[in-house]
Amino acid sequence: MEKEAGATAAGVRLDDPWYEASAAGWGEADGEGDAASDGTPGPGEPRPAPSAAEIYLEVHRSAAFREVRRRYRRFVAPAALAFLLWYLAYVVAATTAPGLMARPVAGAVNVAMVAGLGQFLTTFLLTWAYARHARLRRDRAALDLRWDTQEMTRGLGPDLANGPGPRTTRGPGR
Amino acid sequence: MRGDHQTLALLLFCAFIAVTLFITTWVSRNRQGSAEEFYAGGRLFSPMENGFAIAGDYMSAASFLGISGLIALFGYDGMLYSVGFLVAWLVVLLLVAELVRNCGRFTLADVVAARMAERPVRTALGTSSVTVSVLYLVAQMVGAGSLVALLLGGTSDAARSWTVVGVGALMVVYVSFGGMRATTWIQIVKAVLLMGGAVALTVLVLVHFRGDVNSLLTTAAERSGHGKDFLAPGLRYGGDWTARFDFISLGIALVLGTAGLPHILSRFYTVPTARAARRSVVWSIGLIGSFYLMTIVLGFGAAALVGSAEVRSSNAAGNTAVPLLALVLGGGEGSTGGTVLFAVVAAIAFATILAVVAGITLASSASVAHDLYASLRRPGRKQYGEVAVARVAAGIGAVAIALGLLAQNLNVAFLVGLAFAVAASANLPALLYSLFWRNFTTRGAVWAVYGGLVPAVVLVLVSPVVSGSPASLFPGVDFQLFPLENPGLVSIPLGFLAGWLGTVTSREKPDEAKHAESEVRALTGAGAA
Repeated sequence: MEKEAGATAAGVRLDDPWYEASAAGWGEADGEGDAASDGTPGPGEPRPAPSAAEIYLEVHRSAAFREVRRRYRRFVAPAALAFLLWYLAYVVAATTAPGLMARPVAGAVNVAMVAGLGQFLTTFLLTWAYARHARLRRDRAALDLRWDTQEMTRGLGPDLANGPGPRTTRGPGR
Repeated sequence: MRGDHQTLALLLFCAFIAVTLFITTWVSRNRQGSAEEFYAGGRLFSPMENGFAIAGDYMSAASFLGISGLIALFGYDGMLYSVGFLVAWLVVLLLVAELVRNCGRFTLADVVAARMAERPVRTALGTSSVTVSVLYLVAQMVGAGSLVALLLGGTSDAARSWTVVGVGALMVVYVSFGGMRATTWIQIVKAVLLMGGAVALTVLVLVHFRGDVNSLLTTAAERSGHGKDFLAPGLRYGGDWTARFDFISLGIALVLGTAGLPHILSRFYTVPTARAARRSVVWSIGLIGSFYLMTIVLGFGAAALVGSAEVRSSNAAGNTAVPLLALVLGGGEGSTGGTVLFAVVAAIAFATILAVVAGITLASSASVAHDLYASLRRPGRKQYGEVAVARVAAGIGAVAIALGLLAQNLNVAFLVGLAFAVAASANLPALLYSLFWRNFTTRGAVWAVYGGLVPAVVLVLVSPVVSGSPASLFPGVDFQLFPLENPGLVSIPLGFLAGWLGTVTSREKPDEAKHAESEVRALTGAGAA
């Protein structure tokens, strides 16, 4: 019984925050999204048709892009390091300290069981935290940058954009 | 096994084939044969659909049959697979999914080759992707073989082999006609069936023990014949240091391998945006995580209710623990409940295998046509030619099916562990370097792939898996040189090292504009297909 509830709850719990915030994020400008899109070169500015490489270099140097990249890395680097170390510690402990791992905690449940289930729990938590971080702190700014970049590169020829314009403007659903 | 199992299981199984056949014809009606359509299903799946499809692709026979079997035989040591298979998804979610969706079009090589000399990189990654796919397919076919052996117990070996071959061939046909769209729907149907089956069995196990997990574990430990040791690490991978290093090697291969699996990476192209790719991974982590929690219950349940000895006598590697558990839970051999439940579970397991075969066959045919064929032939051909090649290349599935018949005595989860080790050694270093390292060069990419692929494959060939021990593939001969069964501990660092070495020794100047372009694309999705 317990497991069945867990199965559905996990799916719903992990996905639910998405809907709630994608609505908030798209509707109105929150401070973070705006701050991040500051330095983007606007599509309206007049300039003598730059090449695709120049446009990408320019976007790459812009404050808005650097902010998106910084936010991504600041979350991902420590998080990836943390879960890899925690997982490695778990695997190494299972091989080098079987005595510790076999120590009973409650009834037949021992330290090894708790550690294994702890891995499941941390995975679910980190998934939730990452999705939330990306949704609230990155998505909007990244999307703005995407439109701006595509606006600038429009008309430069098919070598630049793999997909033709209308394809990429489709929403996330069907 | 008695006749009514077989009849019912075969009926259910035929129903699954009929449904998938219907799906294939339905979704491929009025479809033009474009590459976008064949490889990526038109890129219009929703995150939830794709999340189920990813889960379907990932929860292979290894998960359902192999892990539960290992837990039933070795107790806690089998749990490592559950944990590793799940934690691996964090690598995919955090480092790979969104960036790959933004940078590539159809295959892994698209991402890496974007800012390199295209041909050598494509050839290298195409080769490694096909190798991983074939190894993974072999594992699936071993699972199929165990199931068929259990279902058609009284028949001859030849008949069993032909059943496996025939059914595998059918999946190859599906892929070559239906492409990604049909494959995705097959995965979704299968994921729902598999989750349903796992939930039902888990509930039955827990009801049998009146929700008392403690008594489940205690009974499992008693009936395993190992007592308390059954619930602690060390039964399979304890003892000498070789076995312990094997455990660590396996653990590393599992956690790093998923992000290098071609058939998983190609799933991210079936959704329209990177956001959607991330959401599909979140869905699939939810599904996969709950599924693996259930396999733990099923594994200990099989040990407690069937008994480790009986599981081993049915299939030495434990691959048939779950169907046997179903038989006992339904009321035992001869009872109606037991017969029905056994048939349902066997049919689900078979459906699982077939769906995964379809997914991997598609990914490997994409690697052959889009990477190998396209880079070895003159440029400027029509798209049509490539898709036609992909349809024919689905025949790779047939090769793997034949290989799978050779390896019937190995555990499915264990074989998949090997595929993961190769994926983590050959594909992951090139992928991570190209996404995160500014100075990564063509030579670095090519070296990273071969520097991981060759050691991984060679180490498997000279490992105890292939020769030199009674349980190996060729027990008669002995050319074993490498003590570990899983090569990951050595070959994964070698892959990363080779990539680094190739990059620092090459004279190629890092192209700043190309790097800027790929970074902007990766993080914003500008110009994404």
